[in-house]
Amino acid sequence: MKRVYPDKEYCIGCHLCELACITAHSKSKDLIIAYREERGRDGLSPCKKVFEKGDTCVAISCRHCDEPSCVAACISGGLYKDPETGRTVYDRDKCVGCWSCLMACPYGAIRRHPIEAKIVKCDLCEGRENGPACVEACPNQALKYEER
Amino acid sequence: MLFQPINKNYHEFCIERDKDLCINCKVCVRQCSYDAHFWDESRQKVMHDNTKCIGCHRCEALCPTAALSIRNKPSDFRPHKLWRPVFLQNIYKQADTGGVLLAGMGSPVDIPVYWDSMLLDASQVTNPSIDPLREPMELKTFLGAKPKRLSIVTDKNGKPKLKTKLTPQLELDVPIMFAAMSLGAINFNLHQAMARAATETGTAYNTGEGGLHKSLYKYGKNTIVQVASGRFGVHLDYLKAGSAIEIKVGQGAKPGIGGHLPGEKINFMVSETRMVPIGSDAISPAPHHDIYSIEDLLQLIYALKEASEYKVPISVKIAAVHNVAAIASGVVRAGADIVTVDGMRGGTGAAPAMIRDNVGIPIELALAQVDQRLRDEGIRNKASIVAAGGIRCSGDVVKAIALGADAVYIGTATLIAVGCTLCGRCYTGKCPWGIATNDSKLSKRQNPDIAARKLANLIRAWGHEIEEMLGGMGLNSIESLRGNRDKLRGVGLSDTELDILGIKHAGR
Repeated sequence: MKRVYPDKEYCIGCHLCELACITAHSKSKDLIIAYREERGRDGLSPCKKVFEKGDTCVAISCRHCDEPSCVAACISGGLYKDPETGRTVYDRDKCVGCWSCLMACPYGAIRRHPIEAKIVKCDLCEGRENGPACVEACPNQALKYEER
Repeated sequence: MLFQPINKNYHEFCIERDKDLCINCKVCVRQCSYDAHFWDESRQKVMHDNTKCIGCHRCEALCPTAALSIRNKPSDFRPHKLWRPVFLQNIYKQADTGGVLLAGMGSPVDIPVYWDSMLLDASQVTNPSIDPLREPMELKTFLGAKPKRLSIVTDKNGKPKLKTKLTPQLELDVPIMFAAMSLGAINFNLHQAMARAATETGTAYNTGEGGLHKSLYKYGKNTIVQVASGRFGVHLDYLKAGSAIEIKVGQGAKPGIGGHLPGEKINFMVSETRMVPIGSDAISPAPHHDIYSIEDLLQLIYALKEASEYKVPISVKIAAVHNVAAIASGVVRAGADIVTVDGMRGGTGAAPAMIRDNVGIPIELALAQVDQRLRDEGIRNKASIVAAGGIRCSGDVVKAIALGADAVYIGTATLIAVGCTLCGRCYTGKCPWGIATNDSKLSKRQNPDIAARKLANLIRAWGHEIEEMLGGMGLNSIESLRGNRDKLRGVGLSDTELDILGIKHAGR
């Protein structure tokens, strides 16, 4: 399956992928409204995060593992593997906010929702015409959406 | 202004931040390597310090809401034809520092650009123009000495065979090469990108004087290796790695001046390639200390020919100075297969501003004179001429070839293709576009995949345009344009200028 692969060699740490992510997952689909209003009001936050240490930075998001630890750890069935697409899918309604998945994820790719007892996780911008927004926004092609 | 030198407010640029658009996302803060943007903790918003802005436009380019504009500072000094603001600012700066004014990129001074005063011809009625999309069009160029005449022998079966022994040639699919920019002055990512783009488009790139990293030897067929006065990274494998060797005697931006790569730019990779210690300054002397005459140059040319087993052509690069034609003649007589002439508008990573802006002559005049001199002396076939220094578009390339060049080098255009905005601060090592820097965090901003694609695109685009212009003139080969000054006419030029360029005035 196609996944988003970050390239730490060329990640320049601009965080534009995070901005693209919140825009794509916002109600307004408008960066300015999403960042200024929805972020505070609805707890809108990016599904991915740029980690930095020294000169190295890399944008981490859900890797949609073949054998995901988060799914194994999920107590409510809120996370499951879609047999058709291969994606690790999050069912927000079933999630009880126990955060077992956060503990289980070896990549730190799942984050707490800022104001609700829910999680925030990459859905590969399901249904978005041009594929994942972060990949489209990266100015240095440090994110690739491809089969490997 | 508080706690600042009194001339600090005479800065060049202003950052305009549209409050309706700025979301305080800090992208500009992270991109600016001069700390002009910063997060103000007490105000809880992104602020900026105009005095630090160098006008590179990196923040403007990456701002996701297009909230930023970089403008020239509107407050001008009282108009004065003699004391233009740049002179005032320079004096303030030097009165503070007592130092030499450093500058990067090509000279911004207002000297005539003769490309703009030359016009090309086209076919009408009496000779047909050619459509390059439907008919063959040849841009292939061979750089190197050509024989005076060819002798052909016929064998027993009547099959003709070339008897003349040809000298080595550098084969180019397009007569546009990437100019010498050393590893160190620009970073490895761009060296790799130039190598890949040159290979993809069938042209060549020049390593510059900083040696060639081992991992790029595989692109040798499209590489010109340079030997300069510092001899950085020069060894037998290096000389044999490329398809041509260039002796750099001078550089158009700074004729008569050597080079100085500050120790801060010497990281592990540069140190390994240049064969100098990490962190030590790499200083190229102004002259080659083994070349004080044409005879000395001859010795070096033949030493390099010996070392490379006479398999590659040797180029000698000289800056366009007052007696350039006579110097070029000597260079050819010393055995150079290619003479590269670099005009005064050529770029540089660092040069004293006074040298850059006041020394040398424009490439158009130098090129015309060099070509004419070599023809007059009957030695034009002994060397190819490469023109460099201020080639901005394919129109300039065509005009340069009509003036007598075999091919051109593009340096500044190469960097602009990968994002350079000519801010001219290459010597600080803090290039926000990741070009003239070896800082590991900044140089990442040049992804070689993207840069190689852009450079290859540029060469291809110019190649198409050259084909169109050639076709319009009724020529189907770049060979037919070379030194064909009948295809050029001057506009608004004096008789002396026309005479030097060897062209007629438009209308004649």
